[in-house]
Amino acid sequence: MSLRSPIGRVRGLGSAKEGVSHWWSQRMTAVALVPLTLWFVAAVTSHVGADHAEMAAWVGSPVTAGLFILLIAATFYHAYLGLQTVIEDYFHSEAAKVVTLVLIKGACLVLALIGVLSVLTLLFEG
Amino acid sequence: MAEFALPANSKPKGGQTHPVTGSGKNVKTFKVYRWNPDDEANPSIDTYQVDLDDCGPMVLDALIKIKNETDSTLTFRRSCREGVCGSCAMNIDGTNTLACTKYISDVDDEVKVYPLPHMPVVKDLVPDLTHVYAQYTSIEPWLKSASTAPERERLQSPEEREKLDGLWECILCFCCSTSCPSYWWNGDRYLGPAILLQAYRWIADSRDEDTGSRLDNLEDPFRLYRCHTIMNCTRTCPKSLNPAKAIAEIKKLMVERRG
Repeated sequence: MSLRSPIGRVRGLGSAKEGVSHWWSQRMTAVALVPLTLWFVAAVTSHVGADHAEMAAWVGSPVTAGLFILLIAATFYHAYLGLQTVIEDYFHSEAAKVVTLVLIKGACLVLALIGVLSVLTLLFEG
Repeated sequence: MAEFALPANSKPKGGQTHPVTGSGKNVKTFKVYRWNPDDEANPSIDTYQVDLDDCGPMVLDALIKIKNETDSTLTFRRSCREGVCGSCAMNIDGTNTLACTKYISDVDDEVKVYPLPHMPVVKDLVPDLTHVYAQYTSIEPWLKSASTAPERERLQSPEEREKLDGLWECILCFCCSTSCPSYWWNGDRYLGPAILLQAYRWIADSRDEDTGSRLDNLEDPFRLYRCHTIMNCTRTCPKSLNPAKAIAEIKKLMVERRG
């Protein structure tokens, strides 16, 4: 039970003075993903039937590798921002919220790193 | 986690039936949510049969007729009976609206009448609006000016005045806020569509000189950014306003002022 006044409760800890960069980044990564995803689908389908060496050579070229890294970065950043929003919406226990957000952030970072390092391996060693 | 089911003591159980009196031929059935804080009982859904040949055309007319003639314990708010006061906002036929502007004939089957969703209930159809009124106070809904007060009224060009259209008409009935899932889950911190539309009403006012600190107060992951453009607010507004657009305008200004 709390005897705090209604306006005291609403003002709470005050405004966090942030949220706009999260919102804007989510929109910008979404916009970036439209051409990147279309390119990805078109490029991969045009390589149907290619053998491993051909694929490795294709991914290992600077332009393809660059686009792949952009695609991977935008995908996992966008995924993290979206999942963060869902967790903040539905998790009302502070502890559960923080732990889940850290786990999701970690997973997105690790997956993005694996993707980027794979592309770099093909670029420099392929 | 968000609560997706009602607490056990909030689940409606049973209810009384009040049949039509006299030999009414044009009878409509109303299923009305009842809850009395004075007993320990769960809420119930009472059934009232109303003779439409002896009743006004609006749902509020039927509720007043029930209260006057059938069951004086039925409790609801009403005042202007013409859609300008916002007192009789309730959930009718599954949609938040004003009982005074909702035609009974618009509802095909039984007319289901519930209080505004996800608000504490004071009694029957009366929701507790303490928190949402405090949220309204928090946006400081009055004109703030640093310049010396003019001798006469503060002037606006017709174009500047036009920016308030679609905002000043809001009657604070809270149909929109209580239809918003984001407000249901996070209403303690999220201001909700009604309050954000009101906040934008002052941000958009060319006579107000406090726009920056108004935006500062709203820039928060919960106060503003819990809006995910679900659009229930705009769909349900009995005054046909567009709170979702007002919120989008605030978000645009947040981006604009960064550079």
